[in-house]
Amino acid sequence: MGDRGRRALLAGLGAVLVAFPWVFVNPYPRDVMIRIFLYALLAQAWNLLGGYCGQVSLGSAVFFGIGAYTSSVLSLWWGVSPWIGMLAGMALAVLVSQAIGYPCFRLRGHYFAIATIGIGEIVQTVAINWDAIGGARGIWLPIKPETLVNFQFHRAKWAYYYVALALLAAVFGLTAFVERSRLGYYFRAIREDPDAAQSLGVPLTRYKLLAIAGSAAFTALGGTFYAQYVLFIDPESVFPTSLSILVCLVAVLGGVGTLWGPALGAAVLISLSETTRIWLGGTGKAVDLMIYGGLIVLVSVFQPGGLVGLVGRLGRRPGGPASPTPVVVPQGTG
Amino acid sequence: MTAEVVAQALLSGLLMGFVYALVAAGLSLIFGLMEIVNFAHGEFLMLAMFATFWAWALAGLDPVLALPLATALLFGVGWIVYRGVISRILAAPMLAQIFATFGLSVFLRSGAQFLWTPDFRLVQNPWIRGRFSLLGLFVGAPQLAAALAALLAFGLLYWFITRTETGLALQATAQDRQAAALMGINTERMFALGWGLGAACVGTAGALLANFFYVFPDVGAVFALLAYVTVALGGFGNVAATLLGGVLIGLVENLVGLWAPAFKYVGVFCFYLLVVLWRPQGLFGRY
Repeated sequence: MGDRGRRALLAGLGAVLVAFPWVFVNPYPRDVMIRIFLYALLAQAWNLLGGYCGQVSLGSAVFFGIGAYTSSVLSLWWGVSPWIGMLAGMALAVLVSQAIGYPCFRLRGHYFAIATIGIGEIVQTVAINWDAIGGARGIWLPIKPETLVNFQFHRAKWAYYYVALALLAAVFGLTAFVERSRLGYYFRAIREDPDAAQSLGVPLTRYKLLAIAGSAAFTALGGTFYAQYVLFIDPESVFPTSLSILVCLVAVLGGVGTLWGPALGAAVLISLSETTRIWLGGTGKAVDLMIYGGLIVLVSVFQPGGLVGLVGRLGRRPGGPASPTPVVVPQGTG
Repeated sequence: MTAEVVAQALLSGLLMGFVYALVAAGLSLIFGLMEIVNFAHGEFLMLAMFATFWAWALAGLDPVLALPLATALLFGVGWIVYRGVISRILAAPMLAQIFATFGLSVFLRSGAQFLWTPDFRLVQNPWIRGRFSLLGLFVGAPQLAAALAALLAFGLLYWFITRTETGLALQATAQDRQAAALMGINTERMFALGWGLGAACVGTAGALLANFFYVFPDVGAVFALLAYVTVALGGFGNVAATLLGGVLIGLVENLVGLWAPAFKYVGVFCFYLLVVLWRPQGLFGRY
């Protein structure tokens, strides 16, 4: 596919996504799409650090929760607009990410991943026991008139759809830019061989800190959006380790270190879990989760490089250009 | 806070630490062999606990008698999981392997909920029960039995991998897959054996825990999380150091629990972070 064809495909996809809420006017498909956008955004944020830069983190929920709580607390205490709260949440998440990254980037592979799980658990426990921000009861956001400034839309829920789509487009655009910039090459060099990268003059810690800063900022963005969309947050919903793992799974399923992997992963994984939940959930028998788990095993056995590789293989024509091979993270890289 | 209370917490932590160590030993063994972190390890433990519970509920077998059964059953589960899933993704990237074992854990956990409902169950009146007093400290009989048996199982495992010919072949495979294959070691069989043994460790631990712990589909989650930390604390690839890791975590958990019960796992994770920031490869890690 040439550059032109790719651009046409992208424009077509954009048009379909913009038209979607006018074709499927029911709340349910719109809600599913919004959640796909949210997880694609979070997975792309994870991908920036875990995919391109090779630092496998299982602590996304820390930044997600910081984004959700910062905007909510600011809005609750001082009536600050969630948009400003979003920026504040991103700034705080970046600060925290540097405080986490600076010491922890000395750790490699599993030691780093377990450290991020540990930090996630610590932050969740602190949030549960911190009464000033609602403790385990969480925060109900006050209902305000529906305006863009208030970031609340009650009758016209489609506005949430377009806000999510715009945020997602921004995050993907920035990631695409980083991917092609010198920064992106440095990230990949660090992932492929940190020692070689360092010997060629790439300051490892500085670039890893940049990657985690971007990842944290994007994740916090998603957190604020979630808080404004659901209007209720508690430590169980925004700080759990299971969220961090799910975000990582979305990226891995789609294809690690590829631009479109996170979007594909979110589209497949969220629709899959929604479909099994609707058809088989509600019995209290967890059949939906059984199928979901079983399919995850199958995908990783038969398509370990992520679904992006599968799409590439289907799209390949005899004599045509070879599909890009999915980039994979080698074992135990630091 | 009297010295007696602290001593009591230390004793409880020590006893629980041995069980944590046995759970983590299985994880450590599998990791040392093929650098795969088994995210379904907690669900293996859950299966062992359910096996013990059902042996008691349906056949009237006490957990003491069910212990060898659960161990053998889990050995089979580990072997089958290796043959069915893991052997196909040996060359896959680390993340795909994590993904596969994570999918397996979701499958097993929800499968348990499907078959046995999410109810909490408990073995009633097991042979080993009650508590006794030792030097002024209370000791739970099932906890003490679990700790001693875990220590014994740990010792057996260690003896097996360091003193028997098969164990040495296992170690050779862990060190260099290709060199081991050239020496005539069937590495495929060694991997399957490693998974069998790793799962058998939680089989034993599960039967011991079923004496005094509730059995429910999610029971593995917290043990698995602690097991990952235990393995990393001792150092990946060093099974013996896992014992130290388990004991340290049991002690930290119980000591912190004295002052702030809600923060006991925060204490454990902070302890882990402090240790790995001081020694990035764990206390005695090879990697």
